[in-house]
Amino acid sequence: MGLKDKLFLALLSALIVGCSSTATSPVAQQETVDESQPMVVSEEAAEPSDFDADGVTPIDDRGMAITRTFYFDYDEAILGPEALSGLEVHAEILKRNPDKSVVVEGHCDERGTREYNLALGERRASAVVAFLESSGVRSGQIDMVSYGEERPADPGHDSAAWEKNRRAILNYR
Amino acid sequence: MNFLNSDFFLRKYFSVLILFFFLANDYVLASGSLDTIIIDKGFDQPIRIAITPFSSGAPEGLRESLDQISDVVAFDLARSGQFSPMSEADMLTKPSHLKDVFIRDWRLLGVDYLLIGQNQIGASGAVQLVFQLINIASGEVELEDSYTFQISQFRDVAHKVSDEVYEEITGIKGAFSTKIAYVLVKDAGSKNAVYSVEIADSDGERSKTIFQSSEPILSVNWSPDGRSVAYVSFETGRPLIVLHEVDGSKRQFLTNFDGINGSPIYSPDGRSMAMVLSKDGNPEIYIMNLETRRLRRITRNSAIDTEPSWAPDGSSILFTSDRGGQPQIYQIDLETNFLERLTFVGNYNARARLLPDGDNLVFVHRRSGTFHIAWQDLSRGQINVLTKTDLDESPSIAPNGTMFIYATQNFGRGILGVVSIDGNVAYRLPSSLGDVREPAWSPFIVSPIK
Repeated sequence: MGLKDKLFLALLSALIVGCSSTATSPVAQQETVDESQPMVVSEEAAEPSDFDADGVTPIDDRGMAITRTFYFDYDEAILGPEALSGLEVHAEILKRNPDKSVVVEGHCDERGTREYNLALGERRASAVVAFLESSGVRSGQIDMVSYGEERPADPGHDSAAWEKNRRAILNYR
Repeated sequence: MNFLNSDFFLRKYFSVLILFFFLANDYVLASGSLDTIIIDKGFDQPIRIAITPFSSGAPEGLRESLDQISDVVAFDLARSGQFSPMSEADMLTKPSHLKDVFIRDWRLLGVDYLLIGQNQIGASGAVQLVFQLINIASGEVELEDSYTFQISQFRDVAHKVSDEVYEEITGIKGAFSTKIAYVLVKDAGSKNAVYSVEIADSDGERSKTIFQSSEPILSVNWSPDGRSVAYVSFETGRPLIVLHEVDGSKRQFLTNFDGINGSPIYSPDGRSMAMVLSKDGNPEIYIMNLETRRLRRITRNSAIDTEPSWAPDGSSILFTSDRGGQPQIYQIDLETNFLERLTFVGNYNARARLLPDGDNLVFVHRRSGTFHIAWQDLSRGQINVLTKTDLDESPSIAPNGTMFIYATQNFGRGILGVVSIDGNVAYRLPSSLGDVREPAWSPFIVSPIK
């Protein structure tokens, strides 16, 4: 069963469960639940893991760590095409691994005021969260926190450092 | 005589003082206080004051501390930029008593004021200091007062004397007995960074750590009674607002909502706290009643609304918003909700603070890509840039409205700077222990003396 089929089934079951309060047929509900639950679990076990042995580092099919950091322009919270395709991979991983969750961190460079940067960092994290949710990730799997300019990746005070510091990071747990 | 050349004199005097502060650095390092204070510039025609040692006749063990009182007073007055204290080396005599003061000698030296003091040691070890401020032009004693204290409190006494002398001569209430709170970061930028909230005297001395964490701390703000500070701490991994009594007696989390809990700032009456919460989707300004803990939402906008501060009368809130495309300063009336944009020059104006008069604004302003502290007269709308450093932020105004303290960078190191509102005076407060930032000047506080 392919990913699309699974998704369809999950969606169907969600719809039916969702309707069950008004639906009059307990039989239909019973059937769907019975059918879908064990099937998903057994298939999951057969597929190769999306994570390294530590359980929190997402890896690709060659076992290489997938990038979890995405960069932004100055005073911007717009995700570029590269970031979007990178985040699509994370969306798929999260959908395949409903027991995993992710904390999205938003960061800024040191220019500007600290509290404004706290807000800007949140705006960056929100952009990532919105994309993941629109890609079908359950909102319960996603959390976010802004560190503003408080946790620079590079403590330098030049444009090279600033570029590295304007970022969002996905941390799995 | 060189004395009349105030620039020369200031430099000479300060080389002595700076040396003194270097010598005292062992103590400074141990206590974590802020280091040497460097004067960038002063007034063109400062008031010339001579301060003679207050230690005359005191027993050996007490003399040093009593001597330091006159040094601390001189340094306080010099830091204001409005005074040029005379070097002891240039004094013809060093009288302690009025009967030994020859007005004509001081007139010849070009002195405007003379400050003398007498000490008396009581049986219990308490010291009584009596001091007189003599106006050399009139030859009259303009001010006389006395303090009784334990010798360990000599710094408190010195700042009290400075406050009195400053107010007597300038007519402006002195703010030397105030405190500054700030964040010290050891090993900033590394994985081992340690953040702490420090409270020091207004001259950077006697710092005390009231809280320490391996997670970031920012946005320190004083309660109007000077008893507690509020700040944002990431100690749980998320930003939350902490209320902390300065004497260490009580510490509590005020808010811990989802998202941002930031920019806490006490209302002028101390009953409410303005803050930024993003629990409803994006950063908005709220006011919390500190007694009932009930929240009132002030802004409702999909843009960033942050960095609230109160008008001195508590009737309106200033805040930073990028609703117009870039961060600018807005003011909202709390009764009518009337909203007004205050800044129009430049494309980055943020974190405003109103002066006690309510008519003048100090804020972070970007000009040609660099960040400075600027001042704006609200009635005229004109902007004056007050700082020459870069990456300047977090201005906090002294309670008498004459100066503000802010954070800046010096060779990649976070330091504090103080500048007068008219831009005439500047000094720096670096720390040998690490980066210092997020300064907050306390309100007038009740001194332990008298």
